[in-house]
Amino acid sequence: MSDSVTAQAHAVPAHHEELGFWRTYVFSTDHKMIGRQFLFLGLFMLIIGGLLAMMMRWQLAWPETEIPLMSWVPEPYMYGGILPPPTYNAFFTMHATIMIFFVVMPIMVGCFGNFLIPLMIGTRDMAFPRLNMLSFWVGLMSGLVMLSSFFVPGGPAASGWTAYAPLSAQAAFTGVNWGQHLWIISLILLGISSLMGSINYITTIVNMRAPGMTYFRMPLVIWSLFITAILLLLALPVLTAALAMLLFDRMFGTSFFLPAGGGEPLLWQHLFWFFGHPEVYVLVLPAMGVTSDILSTFSRKPIFGYHAMAFSMIAIAFLSWVVWGHHMFISGMNPLLGTAFMMSTMVIAIPSAIKTFNWLGTLWGGSIRFTSPMLFALGFVSNFLIGGLSGIFMASTPVDIFIHDTYYIVAHFHYVVAGIIFALFAAIYYWFPKMFGRTMNEALGKTHFVLTYTFFNLTFFPMHILGVGGHMRRIYNPTQYDFLQPLQGINVFITMSALLLGLSQLPFIVNFIGSLITGKKAERNPWQANTLEWTAPSPPPHGNYDAIPVVYRGPYEYSSPEVKEDWLPQNRQLGTEATAARAH
Amino acid sequence: MSWLPEDVSTFGGEIDRLFYIIYYITGAAFILVTVLMVLFLVLYRHREGRRATYTHGNTALEITWTVIPAIVFVSLSFMSVSTWGKIKAHAPPADVQVQVTAKQFNWEIVYPGPDGKFGTEDDLQVDNDLHVPVNKVVHVILKARDVIHSFFLPNLRLKQDAVPGRDILVWFEAVKPGKYELPCAELCGFGHSGMRGWLYVHSPEEYAKWVQETWPQK
Repeated sequence: MSDSVTAQAHAVPAHHEELGFWRTYVFSTDHKMIGRQFLFLGLFMLIIGGLLAMMMRWQLAWPETEIPLMSWVPEPYMYGGILPPPTYNAFFTMHATIMIFFVVMPIMVGCFGNFLIPLMIGTRDMAFPRLNMLSFWVGLMSGLVMLSSFFVPGGPAASGWTAYAPLSAQAAFTGVNWGQHLWIISLILLGISSLMGSINYITTIVNMRAPGMTYFRMPLVIWSLFITAILLLLALPVLTAALAMLLFDRMFGTSFFLPAGGGEPLLWQHLFWFFGHPEVYVLVLPAMGVTSDILSTFSRKPIFGYHAMAFSMIAIAFLSWVVWGHHMFISGMNPLLGTAFMMSTMVIAIPSAIKTFNWLGTLWGGSIRFTSPMLFALGFVSNFLIGGLSGIFMASTPVDIFIHDTYYIVAHFHYVVAGIIFALFAAIYYWFPKMFGRTMNEALGKTHFVLTYTFFNLTFFPMHILGVGGHMRRIYNPTQYDFLQPLQGINVFITMSALLLGLSQLPFIVNFIGSLITGKKAERNPWQANTLEWTAPSPPPHGNYDAIPVVYRGPYEYSSPEVKEDWLPQNRQLGTEATAARAH
Repeated sequence: MSWLPEDVSTFGGEIDRLFYIIYYITGAAFILVTVLMVLFLVLYRHREGRRATYTHGNTALEITWTVIPAIVFVSLSFMSVSTWGKIKAHAPPADVQVQVTAKQFNWEIVYPGPDGKFGTEDDLQVDNDLHVPVNKVVHVILKARDVIHSFFLPNLRLKQDAVPGRDILVWFEAVKPGKYELPCAELCGFGHSGMRGWLYVHSPEEYAKWVQETWPQK
């Protein structure tokens, strides 16, 4: 069955007729153009999400003072540049929502999933190109709906990205009416977009791999996207259902989550986190996949324990369905359930530990090239290490009693989720030549890494100390509390680091835009990498390959004794020359 | 020096001890991995003429670094279970009972009055001030009027969400008289920041005096 589909895909001619401007750049069905569209959407949203964070940091360091350049914002959203509490709540809600749903998901899953899957498994496009286009346009609509909520009376949603009911279920509790409606509608649209994307990814990977591309010859980044797509397919509908119930509570007077009408507030939390924890792995698995590929390429060494890497991702995928309760240890849930969820959470830490050790094993004995993508991939490993280890504290139920809802949690999930930005940049620096046919500037890339890595850690590491001091998250003004007075200096330090972290992105913006316009023309395989995308032209034309490649081996045959060079592409057929080399 | 706030509860010490056990274990793991990583980056940096080692893994090594973390994680779970059970499942009998109802943006605190029963005429209700005697087991019946709040006593290592529609029992025993902050730890609306009360832990004499002065007399 899969063979016949593969054969059909091969029959598609490589050269399409010339398409006009609209069908090439706007309503494109080409997976590469859709990937680029998701990238630009994500980068644009990253700027908004980042600016929101910096305004919040300003408020936390110097409460109720004027934020520079913001005095134009009309009342009641700001008062002469001063952030009032409702706007602060709206900002952290939108910061998280934007970063998770409109930055990491569009870039890691939307952009790189689209761009890489057909190219790396050796096919000409996605299984359903039109569905793919629809997925982007619904996703864009979802983003526009989310942004439009900034401009409705009452402002955007202000109940946190977790939207805990009853706070989110009645307008009176937050004073936000249409903002929260639009938040719900936007995320329902995003769920539809992701559903279309994930069906496409799964179908493509199952049916359209090039001849010889068995599952265990797939690059780990494809494995990660495959598992991510399965998680998305199963998790997003749960969120969509919960969101629909929330919208009904708000608009049509139902009481799913309102105790006055017989509803149950904890039901929202169960549904939300049943989606929400697999979602965390949706965000982080592609980052792990990207990191594995880049570490192997620039260590010039096969990935250490390929099968363990693939199976640990599969284990994470299964276990991610039974750990949601660790977000709810102090919610009022039965304490026995707390114990069960603590156990499952400790178990899911094992595959993450395996991955970290295997990355170390990959570096061991390598011949390491410190390129920009490699530096960012190493940065991801280093941050993931801290984020993974800090997670063990909150997995322990008694410790979580104290650190739950404090900055310790904020530190932890920024090391994991904001740490994904390192894998995201690594992927951009690595695949930019293939995506746009031009090379990025290495000096600017390295500067970007050193600054980002430094200020990322100076921003997020001290948050652990705040959390251990008891500093609650989501508070508008820490100076209102006596016991937090001694910690205020740390808040100021974090804010200054966060502002510098923001400024550290300037070299990237200059490099990205500059390289798009004036970058050196890229060759097919600038990194001397093994995977199939590097055998296509840079950038690949519609249809990708001159001829569909045939795969002879796994993706990580670097420094193989079979050849003189230190790389051996997946599709290179070893003939007489290799036999001759071996005879030596 | 300690980054944790002063602990004045009976079970806080156990939580802090678990915290430090995890701190030393994760600290050691962090140092081990970071040192190895930096070492590998220096030792195995690209140099002309040297080729990377061609290996796909090492089963014995991989089993080792799967089993050791597994043992550590499972042990941590078992160490946590007894403390969790003690705090959550086996509340000692109450010496003092209060009802705390969270609402936007105050803690409504109800003392049962001289008859020891809630919902009678001699109940005393105040906002935000929780008075308890030292070295006595205090049961708090936690309710919420509107949205979810979280009852947080940093110095007693106690945190529990207050959920509308539920009565949730929490307990503590303070071992040192003093005045301790009682913030709300769950986002509860625009006034969340600044929603706080005070816990007054009194010596027996002071507590008796406070009861006499403020509670309705029979």
